[in-house]
Amino acid sequence: MFPARFDYLRASSTDEAVAALAQHGGEARILAGGQSLIPAMRFRLARPSVLIDINAIDDLRYLRETGGSLLIGAGTRDAALETSELVTSGYRMIADVSVLVADPVVRQSGTVVGSICHSDPAGDWGVAALAGRAQIVVRGPAGTRTLSADDFLVDSFTTALAENEMALEVQFPRPSEHTSGAFAKLERKVGDFATASAAVQLTLDTSGAIAEAGVAIGAVGAKALRVSEAEQLLRGAKPSKDVIRAAADAARKEADPGSDTRGSAEFKKEMAGVLVARALVSALERLGVGGMA
Amino acid sequence: MSITSDSEPKARHSVGQSMKRKEDPRLIQGRGRFLDDIVLPNMLHLAIVHSPYAHARIVKIDKSAALAVPGVKAVLTGEDLTAAGLAWIPTFHGYDKQMVLAVGKVLYQYQEVAGVVATSREIANDAAELVVVEYEQLDPIVDPFVARRDGNILRDDRENKTNHIYHWEVGKRAEADAALASSEVKVKQRIYFQRCHPAPLEPCGAIADMNGASGRLTLYLTSQAPHAHRTVVSLVTGIPEDKIHVISPDIGGGFGNKVPVYAGYVVSAVGSVVLGVPVKWVETRTENLTTTGFARDYHMDVEIGASKAGKLTALKVTTVADHGAFDAAADPTKYPAGMFGVVTGSYDFPVAFTELDAYFTNKAPGGIAYRCSFRVTEASYAIERGMDLLAGELKMDPAELRSLNFLKKEQFPYQSPLGFEYDSGDYETTLRKALDRIGYTDLRREQAERRQRGELMGIGLSTFTEVVGAGPGRLFDIMGIKMFDSAEIRIHPTGSGIVRTGTRHQGQGHETTWAQIVAEELGLDPQNLRVEEGDTDTAPYGLGTYASRSTPVAGAALVKAAQRIRERARKVAAHLLEAAEDDIDWIDYKFQVKGVPGKTIGMKEIAFAAYTNPGPGNEPGLEATYYYDPPNMTFPHGAYVAVVDVDRATGATKVRRFVAIDDCGTVINPMIVEGQIHGGLTEGFAIAFMQEITFDENGNHLNPNFTDYLLPTSLETPAWETGNTVTPSPHHPIGAKGVGESPNVGSPAAFVNAVMDALAPLGIKHIDMPLTREKVWRAIRDSGA
Repeated sequence: MFPARFDYLRASSTDEAVAALAQHGGEARILAGGQSLIPAMRFRLARPSVLIDINAIDDLRYLRETGGSLLIGAGTRDAALETSELVTSGYRMIADVSVLVADPVVRQSGTVVGSICHSDPAGDWGVAALAGRAQIVVRGPAGTRTLSADDFLVDSFTTALAENEMALEVQFPRPSEHTSGAFAKLERKVGDFATASAAVQLTLDTSGAIAEAGVAIGAVGAKALRVSEAEQLLRGAKPSKDVIRAAADAARKEADPGSDTRGSAEFKKEMAGVLVARALVSALERLGVGGMA
Repeated sequence: MSITSDSEPKARHSVGQSMKRKEDPRLIQGRGRFLDDIVLPNMLHLAIVHSPYAHARIVKIDKSAALAVPGVKAVLTGEDLTAAGLAWIPTFHGYDKQMVLAVGKVLYQYQEVAGVVATSREIANDAAELVVVEYEQLDPIVDPFVARRDGNILRDDRENKTNHIYHWEVGKRAEADAALASSEVKVKQRIYFQRCHPAPLEPCGAIADMNGASGRLTLYLTSQAPHAHRTVVSLVTGIPEDKIHVISPDIGGGFGNKVPVYAGYVVSAVGSVVLGVPVKWVETRTENLTTTGFARDYHMDVEIGASKAGKLTALKVTTVADHGAFDAAADPTKYPAGMFGVVTGSYDFPVAFTELDAYFTNKAPGGIAYRCSFRVTEASYAIERGMDLLAGELKMDPAELRSLNFLKKEQFPYQSPLGFEYDSGDYETTLRKALDRIGYTDLRREQAERRQRGELMGIGLSTFTEVVGAGPGRLFDIMGIKMFDSAEIRIHPTGSGIVRTGTRHQGQGHETTWAQIVAEELGLDPQNLRVEEGDTDTAPYGLGTYASRSTPVAGAALVKAAQRIRERARKVAAHLLEAAEDDIDWIDYKFQVKGVPGKTIGMKEIAFAAYTNPGPGNEPGLEATYYYDPPNMTFPHGAYVAVVDVDRATGATKVRRFVAIDDCGTVINPMIVEGQIHGGLTEGFAIAFMQEITFDENGNHLNPNFTDYLLPTSLETPAWETGNTVTPSPHHPIGAKGVGESPNVGSPAAFVNAVMDALAPLGIKHIDMPLTREKVWRAIRDSGA
C-alpha cells in the first residue's frame, strides 16, 4: 500500500517544528519514530498533507534524571530505555514496558513520547504513564505547559494537544526506595498490540502497608484507563491476597473493551483483572513481600 | 535400495554432505533478482480495483475520473476483457472457470473489478481510488453448511443451479459403516482445519512484455510452475506456445501460493498487448492475503472404531469443503480432494471410507496445496487428532496405541484401503527415536506430579505418513499434462557444467542439492555445476515445484540424465584407455579398466576429450536429457513430540520442547533438510496457535494484513530439536522421498494433541485450531474446573 500524497518538512529545531505546526495546523502531523503513523498512512487511514519530521532535532533526544524525575525527550527511542542502567535500576515498571513494548525492531525506531501522543488504547506507554503518574510537557506558539497523563490522554487517538502544539517530553517521577511496580501484558505474539495490559506502581510505608498505588489498564477501553477504585482499595491496605483480588475485580469492572480479532469483550475484561493481579504480585515481590500469588 | 554406481563407493562424494547453499551469498547480500527488481524500458504499472462487498451486482463502472489523472494510460474492466475473450479463465484443473475481472457481479470481498495502468505505481494506486463502481448488494453466504441448503445460488453463470461443486468418495462405505457399528469402542469428532494462507514474504507479481514486432509475449511471473503457466497462457489466449516466454526469477517463498494463475497476471498481459509496452503488477500484502489461494478449510467428521484392546477396526471421514467463489482448488485432475485418501495414515485399518462434498461460498477461491502434497495436511491432522481422541477414550497411552496399530516394516509395499501403495516405512523405529530423544517416560512422570498440583502440562504426538512426489503419469495430470519432470545436463569441456530441470525452487535449495546429485553421479565438483531453473526457453518441460515433488520426480530425472552422461562418457573412456567399452567399470567416481586399478580416468578429463578427442564414431559433446515418469509416489513419515504448559488463568500456551524425527529416505543435504524442517515446523506452530482467515457474517475479510494474520517471530517460536531415520524409497533412483512439507503436515496435530493432553484432566476433548488464548481460556472456564 502507498500513502496518499503528502509534503515533507524536516525541522532542525523545536522552534522550526512549532512554527511549521502553526502554519499547517490540523493538516500536519509530527513524524517521530513513525511506527504507528507510517502504517496508518500506508493504509490511508491517516492522510496528513504535511509531515513535520523531528528526527533531526538532536535536542529532543535525551534520557536523564533531573529534579527527581526521569525525563524522556520526544526523539528518544524505546530501545534507549531498554539498555539504560538508570531505567533498569530505578524504574522497574518502566523497565518492564521497555522490553515488552512492540518488538525489538520497532523499538529501534519507536519513541515513548510518540506512543503517548498516538493515544492508541492498546499502546503500552499510555498505561505506564498513568500508573507512573507521568507528566507531559507540550509546546505551542504561546510557550510550554505541562499536563498530567490523565489530562493528556483524552480518547482513542486523541490527546489534549492543540493543533499547533507538539509534545516535547514525558516525565516520570522517580520511585522512592519503598516503591516498585510492574507491567504485564497479554499479546497474541511478540510485536502485536496488547489484548489487555496492566501497569501498577506501589509505595509501602514503614509499617508495610500500601501508602500509594497507581493502577492502569490498557486495550480495554477507549483509552488507557486508570483504575481509581483499585488504587483506593490498595491505599492504606496491608498487602494480602484479598486486597489483590479486590483490586483485580475493580479492574474487571473498570474495563470496557470491544470485541475484535484479539478477543471478545468478555475475555479482555477478565484478562484485565488477571493482569492487574499478576502485576501487583510482581510489584510486591520486588518490594520484598512474597507469598501473594 | 538401488545404488546407481557399478559398485558401492567407499564414501559418498557429494550426496549426504551439508554443503553450504550456493544461492545464499547472492540472496543474503541482496543480489538476487526478484520480480520487483526487474525494470524494463518504458514499463507501466498496474493497480487493481477491488470489491468492497462479498456479494453484489455491478450496476455501473465509471472510469472517467481515473482516466483523467495525468499518467494514466488505461483502465480495464471485465467488459473490456470480455471483448478479448479473457473475462473468464479455466481454474487449475479445468473443471470450473473463474473471473479475471468481475463481470456482472462480484462473488467475494476484494475480488478484482478493474485494472488501472499508469506511468508509476503511485499514480496507478491513486487513480484506482477514483474508479467509481456502483454496486447493488446481494446476500452473501459465508458458511458452507448454509451454502449446502441451496437457498441462495451464488454461481448463476453455471448450468447447474446449485452451490454444490462435487462429491468425491473412496473406500468401502457399507463395510466401514458395519465395522464401526460393531466396534467395541468408537470415537467421533467434528474437526475443522481452518482456512489459512501461505503468506509468502514476497507477494505475487508479473511483468508482461508484448513485443508487437516479434509477436512474442515475455512474462516474468512469480511462478512455481513456469512451463505449466506457459501452456495455460497459450491455451487460453490462442497465442502459439513458441511465442510465449515465461521467466520465473528468484522467488521469495511460494508454499503453493504461486501455483495458480491470478487476475493480475492476465490483466498485465492484456495491458501490455493493448499498450505495446511492458506492464508490471506487484500485489500488496492485503491483496495477497485476500485474493490469492488460501489453504485448508475442511470440516471433517472423523469416526474411528477399535477393539477394547485398542486394535483399530475401521475409519470413516466425512468432509465438507469450503472452496470459495470458484473451484480453483489446486489438485491433480483425477483427484478433486487431492491425496486426502492418505487419511488412514500410518495405521493398519482393515477397512476405511472417506467422502467429501465441496461448496461455493462468497470467499476468495483457493484450496491450494500449502506446503502440502494436495490435502495431505488435512488428512494427517484428522487421523492424528483422531488417534489421540481414541487413546483418550481407551484410557491408553497415545504412543502405545500408535505402536499397536502401526503398519510394520515387513508390510511394505502396503496397499492402503483407500487406494495408495505405500513404498516403504519403519514407523516404530522413528517413534522410538523421538520418544527417547524427548525422554517420554520421565515427562509422563513429571506430568503426573504436576497434575497433582493442578498444573496443566501436556505431551502430544504425531506419527504421520505423507504421500508426495506427484506423480505417475497414469494417475496424475493437470489439465491433461502428465506430472512427470525433467532434467538436462550439459558438461562443459573443462569439467564444469549447467544443470536445468522443469522444477522451480522458491527457497528449497535446488541450486545446491541438484548440483550434489549430479556431482555424486559423475564425480564432479558440485561447486562447478551451475543449476538454472525457471526460464521456459532454456529449461526442459516440467510441472514445477510444489507438493514435495521436486526431489522425487526431477531429482530422479537428474540421476537418470547423469547416468546417460556417464554412458556416453564410458565410450570416450574406452577410447582414451584403449579398452573395449564393456571392459570399463565406474568405480569410486572414476572409469577404470576392469582388473587394472592403475588405469583410470576421471570425468573431468573425459569432458575435455568429449570436445577435443571423443574417439572414432563417438558423438562429440557431453549432454543428456531425461524425462522421468515416477512409477509410484513416495511416502515420507515422521514422529513429532510436543511438550506444552498451559496457563490456566489466561489460556496462554507455551511450547516447552518439540522433537521432530523425520524419515525422508536418502538425505541429499542434511543442513538443507534441517532448514526445511525448521521452516515447516514454524508454519505448523503458527497454524496451530495463531493463524486463521476469518469472515464476518457479511463476508468481510477480517485478516487482510499481518496485524491480523499473524506470522510468528523468533521470539515466540519454540527451539526445534530435529533428527532423522533413513528408510529409502525402493523405487526412487537414489532412495530419496521429499521432505519440504513434512513439518507443516505433521506438526499441527502434535501441538494440538499436546494442548488437549494438558487439558484432559478437565474433561476437555477437542478445541479447533488456532488454539488462541481465548479459546483455551473459554474451554477451561466452561469445564467448570
